[in-house]
Amino acid sequence: MMKQLMNLLKKQSDLTTILMFAAGVLTMPIWLDPIGANYPDLLQKFVIFGIFAVGYNILFGLTGYLSFGHAVFLGVGSYAAVWSFKLLTMNVLPAMLFATLISGLIAAAIGFVSMRRSGIYFSILTLAFAQMFYNLAYSVLIPITNGETGLQLRMHDPRIIDNYFSDPLPGLPSTDFFGMSMNGYSGFYFCAVVLILAFYIAMKIFRSPFGMKLKAIKSNQHRMRYTGSDTRPYLITAFIISGMFAGLAGALLAVTDPLAGAERMQWTASGEVILMTILGGVGTLYGPLLGVGIIKYLENIFSTINESVLQQFFSFLPQWGENFMVAIVSPFVGEGWHLTLGVLFMIIIIFLPGGLMEGFSRIQKRYRKAKINDTQSDSTKE
Amino acid sequence: MDAILMQLLNGLDKGGAYALIALGLTLVFGTLGVVNFAHGALFLLGAFCAVTFQKILTISKKILDPSITYFDAYIEQPYLEIWFGETGLAIIDYAVPLSIIVTIPTMLLIGLAMERGLIRHFYKRTHAEQILVTFGLAIVLQEIIRHFFGANPIPTPAPDIVSGSAAVGTWIGLGENFVYPWWRLIYLAVSTAIISSVFAFLHLTTFGMVVRAGMYDRQMVAFLGINVQRKFTIIFGLAAVVAGVAGAMYAPILPPDYHMGMDFLVISFVIVVVGGMGSLRGAVAAGFLLGVLQSLASMTAVSSLLPGIDQIIIYLVAVVILLTRPRGLMGRKGVMED
Repeated sequence: MMKQLMNLLKKQSDLTTILMFAAGVLTMPIWLDPIGANYPDLLQKFVIFGIFAVGYNILFGLTGYLSFGHAVFLGVGSYAAVWSFKLLTMNVLPAMLFATLISGLIAAAIGFVSMRRSGIYFSILTLAFAQMFYNLAYSVLIPITNGETGLQLRMHDPRIIDNYFSDPLPGLPSTDFFGMSMNGYSGFYFCAVVLILAFYIAMKIFRSPFGMKLKAIKSNQHRMRYTGSDTRPYLITAFIISGMFAGLAGALLAVTDPLAGAERMQWTASGEVILMTILGGVGTLYGPLLGVGIIKYLENIFSTINESVLQQFFSFLPQWGENFMVAIVSPFVGEGWHLTLGVLFMIIIIFLPGGLMEGFSRIQKRYRKAKINDTQSDSTKE
Repeated sequence: MDAILMQLLNGLDKGGAYALIALGLTLVFGTLGVVNFAHGALFLLGAFCAVTFQKILTISKKILDPSITYFDAYIEQPYLEIWFGETGLAIIDYAVPLSIIVTIPTMLLIGLAMERGLIRHFYKRTHAEQILVTFGLAIVLQEIIRHFFGANPIPTPAPDIVSGSAAVGTWIGLGENFVYPWWRLIYLAVSTAIISSVFAFLHLTTFGMVVRAGMYDRQMVAFLGINVQRKFTIIFGLAAVVAGVAGAMYAPILPPDYHMGMDFLVISFVIVVVGGMGSLRGAVAAGFLLGVLQSLASMTAVSSLLPGIDQIIIYLVAVVILLTRPRGLMGRKGVMED
């Protein structure tokens, strides 16, 4: 039985993969319950940032182009979605559509320019564009972005489509999907379905000739050019696709909480998605999702711990030991969560540049080697 | 006219800081071939060396306020004042310039430790990994600073005697209304002096000659039996010192807070690329150029014509330069053109 299951896993036809993935995502409220991560807010974050990271992985994982400006698309997606809520309707479908389209357009523009260069220059070009958008959002574009306050829904927004069909209800309306509210678990399941779709697309890309081409660009771009294939259209396409994924994730952020702020576009936010992708494993299918899960989960835990919790935790120690441990650990929790993040990031890059997925495969290899050695030594004995 | 001149001075000032950071970045990249995203954090550490030095000098003792007799009121009196009287107060007043004495050895040590402890292991890795690990280091350093000093900017005043403004207008015959803060003038002078001394060091000493040769062809220099690696490590320390002094002296102009390193880093990177990866002169020239451009763009006349231009001019210039002249303003042909 176990062997059959393992074989099934190994074969990994598209259908089994996506079915298992779907089952895994949709049952998250069940299997995340024991570790205390089963509440809608956190689950929504898992899946939304999952989409972001899966999209980022299409660019960075497949082509090796390190973009430092992907948060722009997240921000643009959020703004587009909120504007759709304000002007058209509270239904989430048009919002997601607009967000994806607009961030795709902006990604096309940025990608067209940035993809002329590679390596570190590409990183700096994307960083420069990201900073431009971020600064503009706080200055000239304030009519669109509402500056530091952030873009919010208001009572007297036009909402043309909604108001055409029904009279406006009193109070702020909330986002919905044909009557299904986007709060709590229903919001999570909606985002989860979107993630499954996004994952399916990403998987198809990974296993398509297009994906192979991107991988070939990563391994040796010069050789690709010498064999007469123009790499630029492929790179730009990959950039646009990953930008659209980010825009979609931004839209979902607005769907679950209709508010958009420019701080989502800061370049440290781009750093965060890089971090998630790398922590899990760059260029692997599941790695980025694993990274998202770990980082968002740890963030959730670490940022809520304060000194009294620590004191309780270390209360089994003698008094001096307790004080000592609290003094050592407290800089890393609560406000200092970013410190933990930075340290974690450095450790991963230094010791495990392939991320956790590489770590797993290393362990697996060692395990297998040990097994082979065992059987060999057994046979020599006989 | 006055406004343009004023912005020119402002720009040169800001450009001085940019140029100093970019100079260090370029030195590190040219010698070690490492893209160091933690260089902005070194600038930050320098600024906080000045802050710490000032805090140490002003450690105070609570004493009874003699002027209030109705109840016990306490005032804080710095130990330095108690011990040395007027001289002590003068030392406290000059905390920022004096902090350089501490900043230089501290930053040298930090730089050497960073190179030996971390950067050394990343020579053979890809640029992307170098960027990422130093980015992580920058986050760590920044968060450590926040843990100890809090998130608010810490005002670090310049000495009293130079806290006013210099009558620049009367010197050059533009009327008395044209004044400029003394400390900013001093900063400009200091940054120019540091830049010239770095260039003098590289061009007039044997050590500098070896380093330049190593930047040009590292393998050949190593064949000649010179320990290039050790020299490059010292260069990393030097770059850290330059960034640190730039930060310490900048503290009175911009009260340091924990994310100032990141703010300056992004711009400095853009400057290095505009000047040309690996070109020291390019880095300095581009630093001053972009500083001045940024200041000129923030004039009301310009920003009413092109709203928002002051926010993006640096990045706009960078994009244009990168697309039209891949190796930057003064980059050597063939170095990192890809």
